[in-house]
Amino acid sequence: MNIHEYQAKELLGSYEIPVPRGRVCLTADQVERAAKMMGGRCMVKAQVYAGGRGKAGGVKLVHHPEQAQDFAKELFGRKLVTKQTGPEGLRVRRILVEEAVEIAKEFYLSITLDRESSRYCIIASAQGGIDIEAVAQKSPESIHVLTIDPFAGLRSFQARKIALALGLSGSVCEDCVSLLLNLYKVCLAKDCALIEINPLVVTKAGWLMAMDAKITFDDNAVFRHREYPDMVDYSQLDPLEITAGKYDLAYIKLDGSIGCLVNGAGLAMATLDVLHECGGRPANFLDVGGGATREKVAEAFKIILQDSDVQGIFVNIFGGIMRCDVIAQGIIEAASEVRCTLPIVVRMDGSQVEEGKRLLTESGLNVQCSDTLGDGAQRIVQMLG
Amino acid sequence: MSILLNKDSKVLVQGMTGRSGLFHAQACREYGTQIVAGVTPGRGGIHVEGIPVFNTVEEAVRVTGATVSMIFVPPPSAADAILEAANAGLELAVCITEGIPVADMVPVKALLAGMQMQLIGPNCPGVITPGQCKVGIMPGYIHKPGTIGVVSRSGTLTYEAVKQLTDASLGQSTCVGIGGDPIIGLSFIDCLKLFNDDPQTEGVFMIGEIGGGAEEAAARWIKENMKKPVAAFIAGATAPPGKRMGHAGAIITGGKGRAADKIRILSECGVTVATSPTKMGEAMRLALGRK
Repeated sequence: MNIHEYQAKELLGSYEIPVPRGRVCLTADQVERAAKMMGGRCMVKAQVYAGGRGKAGGVKLVHHPEQAQDFAKELFGRKLVTKQTGPEGLRVRRILVEEAVEIAKEFYLSITLDRESSRYCIIASAQGGIDIEAVAQKSPESIHVLTIDPFAGLRSFQARKIALALGLSGSVCEDCVSLLLNLYKVCLAKDCALIEINPLVVTKAGWLMAMDAKITFDDNAVFRHREYPDMVDYSQLDPLEITAGKYDLAYIKLDGSIGCLVNGAGLAMATLDVLHECGGRPANFLDVGGGATREKVAEAFKIILQDSDVQGIFVNIFGGIMRCDVIAQGIIEAASEVRCTLPIVVRMDGSQVEEGKRLLTESGLNVQCSDTLGDGAQRIVQMLG
Repeated sequence: MSILLNKDSKVLVQGMTGRSGLFHAQACREYGTQIVAGVTPGRGGIHVEGIPVFNTVEEAVRVTGATVSMIFVPPPSAADAILEAANAGLELAVCITEGIPVADMVPVKALLAGMQMQLIGPNCPGVITPGQCKVGIMPGYIHKPGTIGVVSRSGTLTYEAVKQLTDASLGQSTCVGIGGDPIIGLSFIDCLKLFNDDPQTEGVFMIGEIGGGAEEAAARWIKENMKKPVAAFIAGATAPPGKRMGHAGAIITGGKGRAADKIRILSECGVTVATSPTKMGEAMRLALGRK
């Protein structure tokens, strides 16, 4: 689960990690007033769920409140397309106005899970403010990694090693040690999958400050953080993905025309792979969960049909323990309810598979049944011509 | 022989009084698994479907001699359940639970490093030694006793693979679903080692997916150590970068975890990679030198 930069900074600030003074705005007038409070000269930053905002023209240093207002009007009126958003871009609904800070030096800092050691790790580099992946490729020696023992926790001497490796000294070095210790505290207390501060800066006045911040929460931990659902900005999400989330379905919109309904993430990915191989273009990834139920299949079916790009549907259920006749009933109910006339190919495996097929073929829907993954994929591609 | 489980394995079920715990405990028993106990704190003393329920794993082990646990405990208490199993001296725990927070698994993984218990999962379909013992939620009927070891990060895609193997007259020694989470117990390499040392296993089929570097690490291990033919399939060749495909671990980020790279490295290390998910059985036959 993602949150906006301003929310991430509020969270970091509450753990005594220094962030610039700022205010989040919903209208261009609010932006103007906020800019006045900052003394006229300030940063105006579009808040979207994607990186690469600076290069895409979503961040600007302005010198007057009117300039801030004009830029805000422009941002609110268009979609921001960054290298992470895809060509459709994201609408800007919130803008962060921040005090302008004179920067002396920029660093990269993040904390995330290291899958190899199964421990949290801190990643830091003196080459901040730019794409860290490019740095990792070009000069891997400039990236410092520290894995954290879960029982000993992060110790000051370890944090100091990182701070010194970044070239910090004196009181800034000690400030960096505190910052790192607090960062680990936030990570654990808030179940973060990623906290990224890029750049972390030393100001000309000699202070450390998080100039940008990105936080991703662990989706599995939402149950113990009641405040998280309220932090989501739904304007940044695909409406169908929101509906799918309510029914505990994993749905991702893609750019093709074949709606896919599959149980299990791995099988769903493999189904997309087979469709591509047959020359088809999937309209979505949709995982109804390994143990597909009748209700979930029905809801998933309706979600797929709400996408106007969908011209045909491929259902691939390896039920095993689930009964295929029950799954078939779910499909028939949902398709009848929304009066679906699109071609459907159903590939099912599991108990009562013959009964399931009979129900489908006698349902009056435009449906074909198939016994294998390859045959099913070929059929739906052929049916769409 | 087989790995991890055989007909003599005695299995207890943590979280057996829950809906899916009970459903799958019965399904496993019908398959032939010796389900000897259930564990639900506060429900000790009752019998469910003829299976005695205990308050703690320790007590269940003492009374029934169970050596394996199948865990269906809900996410908030699942990490604790794994550690309880380990502390009671079990040999193996298979954690089916999906949705355990990463922060809960970090200390579990670190503690297990110093203990004898092996963990499969979490967020996995389980382990089955066909014809002998099933500890998990997979459909038993697609399996057939034989000589192919199966190891997979996926759930239902494993069923697809197993069915293709069975249809290609390739029975299985043991099938292990290691789970799709970022932190799991036994890895691909751990399972490959077990299969390498198991006299019944003649070849291994491995199912991976986008995200992380586990398949690459396995490929390098295979090249150095594996004495038996290995075939593989990697799901997600057409998945767009930056999108999390269902599993917490299945995401391409920063140019890492792409299917194309995994397939290339596996091939370079001598693994026969299925070019399509419809050709998994075929790839295994090819790797074994059969047509």
